[in-house]
Amino acid sequence: MSQNALDIVGQNKARQKRLSILAEIGCILLFILFMMPFFIVLLNSARTNAEIINSAVGMPENWANFKENIVAVWNNPTFNFLKALKDSVIITVLSLAIISVCSAMTAWVLVRNKTKWSTALFMMFVAAMVIPFQVVMFPLITWFKDLGDFLHLPLLRSHGGLVFAYLGFGESMTIFIFHGFVKNIPLEIEEAADIDGCSRAGTFFRIVFPLLQPVFVTVLVLNGLWIWNDYLLPLLLLGSNGEVRTIPLAVQGFIGSFVKQWNLIMVSTLLAMLPIIILYIFAQKYIVQGMVEGAVK
Amino acid sequence: MEKQKLFYGRRERKITEFLFLVPTVLAFLLVIIVPFIIGIYYSFTDWDGVNAAKNVVGLANYRAIFTEPGFLHAFLTTVLFTLFNVIAVNVAAFLMALLVTSNVKGRNLYRAGFFVPNLIGGIVLGSIWQFIFSSILPAVGKALGWGWLSASLITNPKTVVGAMVTVNTWQYAGYIMMIYVASIQGISQQVMEAASVDGATYWTRVFKILMPLMANAFTISLFLTLTNSFKMYDVNLALTNGGPTTLFMGKPVQASELLALNIYNTAFKYSKMALGQAKAVIFFVVLVVVSLVQVSINKSKEVEM
Repeated sequence: MSQNALDIVGQNKARQKRLSILAEIGCILLFILFMMPFFIVLLNSARTNAEIINSAVGMPENWANFKENIVAVWNNPTFNFLKALKDSVIITVLSLAIISVCSAMTAWVLVRNKTKWSTALFMMFVAAMVIPFQVVMFPLITWFKDLGDFLHLPLLRSHGGLVFAYLGFGESMTIFIFHGFVKNIPLEIEEAADIDGCSRAGTFFRIVFPLLQPVFVTVLVLNGLWIWNDYLLPLLLLGSNGEVRTIPLAVQGFIGSFVKQWNLIMVSTLLAMLPIIILYIFAQKYIVQGMVEGAVK
Repeated sequence: MEKQKLFYGRRERKITEFLFLVPTVLAFLLVIIVPFIIGIYYSFTDWDGVNAAKNVVGLANYRAIFTEPGFLHAFLTTVLFTLFNVIAVNVAAFLMALLVTSNVKGRNLYRAGFFVPNLIGGIVLGSIWQFIFSSILPAVGKALGWGWLSASLITNPKTVVGAMVTVNTWQYAGYIMMIYVASIQGISQQVMEAASVDGATYWTRVFKILMPLMANAFTISLFLTLTNSFKMYDVNLALTNGGPTTLFMGKPVQASELLALNIYNTAFKYSKMALGQAKAVIFFVVLVVVSLVQVSINKSKEVEM
C-alpha cells in the first residue's frame, strides 16, 4: 500500500522534472522568438543599404556604420526626431495631467451627489466608451475647424486642440475607473474636513485627491501608452507635415520619404522605441500592474 | 449666524461641484457628442469631404455599402482576422502564462520580455515587420529551400491575413499573458497540489481545475482581444496598407484592408466622405452589439456568484 503510494509520488517527481525541463526550453525558445525583431532592428541599423540589398540576413560588416546611420537619421530634417520627441512629451504629459485631474474631480462629484442627474451623466460617460474613434473622426476635423474659427483659437495643428481632444476621448474610461474607487472612500473623512471649515475644493484637493494615488498608476499607464503611441488622432488634427508632429507621425513621414532604405528606417524605429523602453526598464512593475488592472476593471 | 454660514456653505459647495464638472462635460460635448451627431447627419448626405456641396440623399449610402465589394470584403476579412487573432492571441497568451508561472528559472525576465512588444506603437512595429516579411523571411526561405517562405507573405493575398495575425499575436500576447498570470496567481496553490497528490496529470489539472477557475480572466481577455482586433488600424496601415490586390465578387479589392482602414480610405483616398461616414456608423453598430453581449455575459456571471 505505502509502496504503491510512494511509486506514484516517484512517478510524479520524474514527470514533473520532464515537464520543467520542457518549460525551460519552451521559455528560452519563445524569448528568442519574441526578441528577434528587436535584434533585427539593431543589426540592420548598423548595416549599409547596399549590405541589406546584397543579403537581407547577415551581421554588420562594420559597426562604425551604426553611429553614422544614427547621426544621419538624427540630423534628418524630415524626421526631426528631437522636435518630435519634444512634441510627443508635451502632448502626452499635458493630456495625462488634464485627463487625470479633471476626471478625478468629475468622478468625485458624481459619487458624492446621488441625484438622477449625476446617475444619468455617469451612464452617458460609460455608454460613450462604446463609440469607436472612426465614427467621430471625420466630423471632428470639420467641426474643430469651424469651432476654432469661431473662438479664434487654433484647435487644429496645435498642442492645445489635440490635448483637448484627448481629454474628450480619454475621460470616459478614466472617470469610470475613478468612480469605482471613490465609492470606497469613507464619507466620514470628508465630513471631518467639512466640520473643520475646509472648503469643498479644499476637501477634494487636500483629502480626496491624495487618497486616489493607487488608481493613478492605472490611469496614467493606460492613457499614457495609448496617447504616446496614437497615430490616427494626431494625423487628423495635426496633419502629416504640420509644425507640431508626434513621434508616430514623424516615423510614418520618414518611412514615406525613404522608400526601402531599410537601414535608415530601422534606425528611425530604434529611436522611436527607445524612450518607452527606457521608461519600461525603470517602471516595469507599475506599467504591467497598470495595464492589468485597467483591463480587469 | 449659524444659519447664514450653512447657507453660504451650501452655495459654495454647489458652485465648486458645478465647476468640477465643467471641463469633462465640455470636452465630452465638443469632442464626442457634437461630432457624433454631425457624423450621423453626414452619413445621410452625398458630401465628398472637399467641396462645400452637401445634399441629403437619405439611405442611399447605406444601400450602396452593402453592394460594394470593397466594403464587404473588408468586413469579411475583418471578421476572419478577428476570429483567428482572438484564438491565436489567447492560446499563445495562456500557454505563455502557464510557462512563466511554473518554476522555471528567470521567469521574471521572460514575463518582462514578452510584454515589451505591447509598449510599442503599431506604426513602428508594423514597419519593422514589413521589413521582416519583405526582406528577412524570403532570404531565410531561400537559404533553407522552403518554397512557401521564399516569396513575401504580405504580397500574397492568401497569406497576408495570417501575417497580420502573426504580428498582432507577437504584439498583444504578452499583455493578455499578464492578465492570465494575475488570475493564476490568485488561485490557491493548495488546490493544484491536492489534485496532484490525487494523481491528476498536469494537463488534467490545467483543464479541469485551473481553466474553470480562470473563467473571469478568459471573458475579459476574449472581449479585449475581440474589440482590439476588430478596431485594428495602425499595424494594418504600416504593415500592408491594405495590399495586395485580389478579386472579390468579380471586382478588384484590397486583400488585407480591414474595416478601419477601409473607412479611412473611403473618405480621404477616394473622397467619399459621406460613404465613409455611413460605413463608420455600421462599424459603430457592430461594436455596440459586441459590447451588449459582453455586458449580458458579465451580468449572468454576477447572478451565478
